[in-house]
Amino acid sequence: MAKRVALTGNEAVALAMKQINPDVIAAYPITPQTDVVQYFSSFVSDGQVSTELVRVESEHSAMSATIGASAAGARSMTATSSQGLALMHEMLHIASSYRLPIVMPVVNRALSGPINIHCDHSDSMNARDTGWLHLYCENTQEAYDNTFIAMRIAEHPEVLTPVMVCYDGFIISHALENLMIEDDELIHKFVGEYNPSRFLLDLERPYTVGPLALYDYYFEIKRQQAEVMFHAKDVVAAVSAEYGKLTGRNYGFFETYKLDDAELGIIVIGSTAGTARGAVDQLRAKGIKAGLLKLRMFRPVPREEIIAEIGHLKALAVLDRADSYGGFGGPLFSEVRSWLYGADAQPPVVNFVYGLGGRDVVIPDIITVYQYLDKLARKQVPLELVQYLGVRE
Amino acid sequence: MSATGKGWRDLPRGAVIEDAGNAREYLTGDWRTERPVWDEEKCINCFFCWVYCPDAAIIVKDGKVRGVDYAHCKGCGICAAECPKRVQAFTMVKEADAAAAEAKAKAEAAEKGGCC
Repeated sequence: MAKRVALTGNEAVALAMKQINPDVIAAYPITPQTDVVQYFSSFVSDGQVSTELVRVESEHSAMSATIGASAAGARSMTATSSQGLALMHEMLHIASSYRLPIVMPVVNRALSGPINIHCDHSDSMNARDTGWLHLYCENTQEAYDNTFIAMRIAEHPEVLTPVMVCYDGFIISHALENLMIEDDELIHKFVGEYNPSRFLLDLERPYTVGPLALYDYYFEIKRQQAEVMFHAKDVVAAVSAEYGKLTGRNYGFFETYKLDDAELGIIVIGSTAGTARGAVDQLRAKGIKAGLLKLRMFRPVPREEIIAEIGHLKALAVLDRADSYGGFGGPLFSEVRSWLYGADAQPPVVNFVYGLGGRDVVIPDIITVYQYLDKLARKQVPLELVQYLGVRE
Repeated sequence: MSATGKGWRDLPRGAVIEDAGNAREYLTGDWRTERPVWDEEKCINCFFCWVYCPDAAIIVKDGKVRGVDYAHCKGCGICAAECPKRVQAFTMVKEADAAAAEAKAKAEAAEKGGCC
């Protein structure tokens, strides 16, 4: 039977990793690592898992060892955050190009400098183009559930691509929340055994992983990676639906809240969706038609599906917890705005970069976004495409 | 665009090479800018070149050095460097010069009506 417990995000994810009981976890045991691996190491010490825990000297090595283990045929995981993800960066491309089904919880935290350990999405947005799937979570429950779903997606024969499960630093990772946890038995049944079709330790069928591919083959291999993301979307939907049937918790590519009849909408990623929901409720109570779209899957991005949800809005704001310096607003905004070019309906869309380095975002902040949208819809304010929410002027 | 070779749909996933022992199929001779020219008269068959060649491009048969596998030799010059000073059975020549000399010899042979 599933039961309700109170855990921090990191405890919940460590528990999910324990229930998966992967063959290998390689991790760097100190900052910028979070306590996910610390909790997991106690499961190893207490004999509650059969995982080989490899303690390495850096996050770069953590990803390298995870890649090696995965290529050897082991179900492999690691976890990271912030600077750690940045240090792994070159290996992230290697993992995805080798098509290794690694699952990695990423605790979203700012990148230094200035030195900062708090929440924003700069770390995983920096890894946007590494060829990994990116799932984002709103709360501890989603972080727990997405870890299992990610494992099945990554190992699906039509995907075989690594997945990041991203959740907000401190707000989710360290805050205690109620969540439903599932029986080991149900999880084992859902996640199943990992049986790779080929692996390096198969001495009967030796093969080469990681060869040189210059101008003669590299492009074709990258084209395969582009293609696999299209298939991955269907797999994400199917695996999430299967998990939903087992647990009653259903996850789509995104979740909408009072968006159908909304006039003013925002798109947001992560824990701020909860805050925004509160803002929507307050505005709705005053008769303002506010709505919300919370994005769960950023890679592959569900472009057509989102366009279908936002066309009717009178004004739309995209909230980015990361910036692209010298670019056109945050990463999500520049994509959403680009999708709307040529779309049948093109509501005015603006960007709010918010919450960098853990700057708190509360309901009144989100309400100011809706207030701006309201005025924009009535043409009472100029269209200011990129704005910064909650920064001191 | 590279017109030869398999398209992305037909290539194995993740750039793996499915059969073992495939380095031979990858011809690297055209990387060469200098060519080691081997002199059979000078060679003492000490096999230093064979031991040190990083591309296994020294051809040895029946216990004797027979020459260089130019389809794979990258022209690094290690064979010439390792060949004992008093022997110097390898001379490094510019690949362009060697190729031009080869073409010239071939043309002359053709003029004489001789077989290649």
